[in-house]
Amino acid sequence: MKHTISVLVNNRPGVLARTAGLFARRGFNIDSLAVSTTQDPDVSRMTIVVEGPDAVLEQISKQLYKLMDVIKVLDHQDEAVVNRELALIKVDASPAVRGEIMQTVSIFRANIVDVSDRTFTIEVTGSADKVDALTGLLSKYGIREMMRTGRIVLSRGAPTA
Amino acid sequence: MKMAGAQAMMEVLRREGVEVIFGYPGGSLLPIYDVLYDTKDIRHILVRHEQGAAHAADGYARASGKVGVCMATSGPGATNLVTGIATAAMDSVPIIAITGQVPTFAIGKDAFQEADITGITMPITKHNYLLTEAADIPRVFKEAFYIASTGRPGPVLIDFPRDVQQAELEFEYPDRVELPGYRPTLEGHPKMIERAAELIDAAERPLIYGGGGVNAAGAQAELVELAERAGIPATMTLMGKGGFPEDHELCLGMPGMHGTAYANYALHEADVIIAVGTRFDDRVTGKLDMFARSAKFVHIDIDPAEIGKNVLPTLPIVGDVKRVLGELVKKVARAKHSQWHDTVAGWKQQYPMGWKGDGLKPQFIIQEIHRATKGEAVIVTEVGQNQMWAAQWYPCREVRQFISSGGLGTMGYGLPAAIGAKVARPDKAVWDIAGDGSIQMNIQEMATAVQGKIPVKIAVLNNGYLGMVRQWQTLFFKNRLSQVDLAVGTPDFVKLAEAYGAVGLRVMEESEVRGAVEKAMAVDDRPCLIDFAVARDENVMPMVPAGGTVDDMLVD
Repeated sequence: MKHTISVLVNNRPGVLARTAGLFARRGFNIDSLAVSTTQDPDVSRMTIVVEGPDAVLEQISKQLYKLMDVIKVLDHQDEAVVNRELALIKVDASPAVRGEIMQTVSIFRANIVDVSDRTFTIEVTGSADKVDALTGLLSKYGIREMMRTGRIVLSRGAPTA
Repeated sequence: MKMAGAQAMMEVLRREGVEVIFGYPGGSLLPIYDVLYDTKDIRHILVRHEQGAAHAADGYARASGKVGVCMATSGPGATNLVTGIATAAMDSVPIIAITGQVPTFAIGKDAFQEADITGITMPITKHNYLLTEAADIPRVFKEAFYIASTGRPGPVLIDFPRDVQQAELEFEYPDRVELPGYRPTLEGHPKMIERAAELIDAAERPLIYGGGGVNAAGAQAELVELAERAGIPATMTLMGKGGFPEDHELCLGMPGMHGTAYANYALHEADVIIAVGTRFDDRVTGKLDMFARSAKFVHIDIDPAEIGKNVLPTLPIVGDVKRVLGELVKKVARAKHSQWHDTVAGWKQQYPMGWKGDGLKPQFIIQEIHRATKGEAVIVTEVGQNQMWAAQWYPCREVRQFISSGGLGTMGYGLPAAIGAKVARPDKAVWDIAGDGSIQMNIQEMATAVQGKIPVKIAVLNNGYLGMVRQWQTLFFKNRLSQVDLAVGTPDFVKLAEAYGAVGLRVMEESEVRGAVEKAMAVDDRPCLIDFAVARDENVMPMVPAGGTVDDMLVD
């Protein structure tokens, strides 16, 4: 099953390579990975989505803790979280379908952030399911380019770390 | 106090109690070697290949329990350390590798002798650093020693650019390290220890399966106490050799591929196995889902990631092996398990270790070395048949007495590691048990031993073959011997030893063994190599084929 884990790491050069390298050499597959700094400039937060049974997840977490730059690993499996993903989708938008696309975009509370004579670029924020649903609907018009940030997650309520 | 980066490094090494550096100079290390020129209290041993420096530091660390230090220049010097660092990583050996690096302004520009050694060694170090600010030198070195030597030990590399070696800093040595992400668990959980004791008390056929962690933690006394108190026989892996005295009646020798038949039968039949500082390596377990099927496991290890990696234990205990055993032994009841011991004794009788046939046998040679050294030598091995025979035929009584590349299986490890071990233990005879293949992989270190007046003994079990591969080809590839015959081209080792300024001896027959070994023991100012012309086609037995089970065991 899919797990979303947050990894708090020292904000230093090479830490992303150490973490990603660990996944590769231990044979763990990364579905998505998002990294940024946190409220503490010395600490970065990675949100990593991985697929695997619980035993594999436990091994991943233990191996991550062996990296000196890893401060904390949180597996969000059993807790309430807010999770979001942002996508930019450039879709073919001929005059005949523009209205239709704009309606779809509005239903999803997404935004059109760039317009050319043949395309729209759409920004959507939400859960991975929501992004999937919108890209599914837009695919029939022809998606030219697309970029997703990967999931980011915070647990609800008071901070855990 | 103001000083240059290179001086600051030397000052830290001094404060960390470093006695010796194994190294090889080069362009990116010139400032450090210039400081070394005036350094009288830290010995530098000049190796002849950087790989030798890493193995020597590793041998020094394994023999002494201290951190070993090696040093190499940027680029090829640094990449030559890689095999040695990986060897240390696989066997959890605390070494610090210091590499020169091109000046910071040249990094990333493909400068002369530039290699991204922190990138290259990321998967084979416990941690590594690229120093970019001279002010960081005291902290980084202090952290490096702390990380290498605590928790599950391992190698740490510090990449040290030349301009940072020359830059000035205000030297302040931190009195403690701050590593928020690194807090090894030392004390075992009391509740788990209690439950482990209950499980052991309820066992009918308990067995101790000990590994390198027993040596690393120096936990022999605690382990023996547990075994004697609760009447538990013990099998010790290649890495755990000496962690339980092998002349003890409860010791079953080594388990696994070339382990004793009785250790493997005991693993197969045991109902509770106490796995201590060990990682269920495939060379021990064979086919994992058939391994010790009737057993419940207590797994004691300092590295939480080892728990459940290969085998899911009934009772995991994370902590320092010595401390956990110390607590556990207080909780277990006295027991005898006479019936179980009778069974084990039956296997010992039925499947004794031995060899067959005539000729100069490697097993006999190692027995003779054991006799001549009263079982007190530090034994270092190369990798292959020589390694397995050394493990089988040189019983050890003490921790840190047997030094071998177990995890990575690095040919060429033995000679440089023996040099490091002899530097660490000048009071002990140090023997490198070698093969004609392995010894040639780092034979240049003869010069290191001669120049450093390091009187190691080298026993080359010379069968003119890459023996272990030859054995597999014989047994599993219809004796189609592919690229394993080394007889042509192998030098005359006696002449070679003499050419290096060492002592060389040759033994052709059994009757000459004792005399030659005694002669070697008398050499105390330079290395001595004995070339033993051993029976060519001898196999290491018993053998559980790779991925096999105890039922597949070959005995001769």
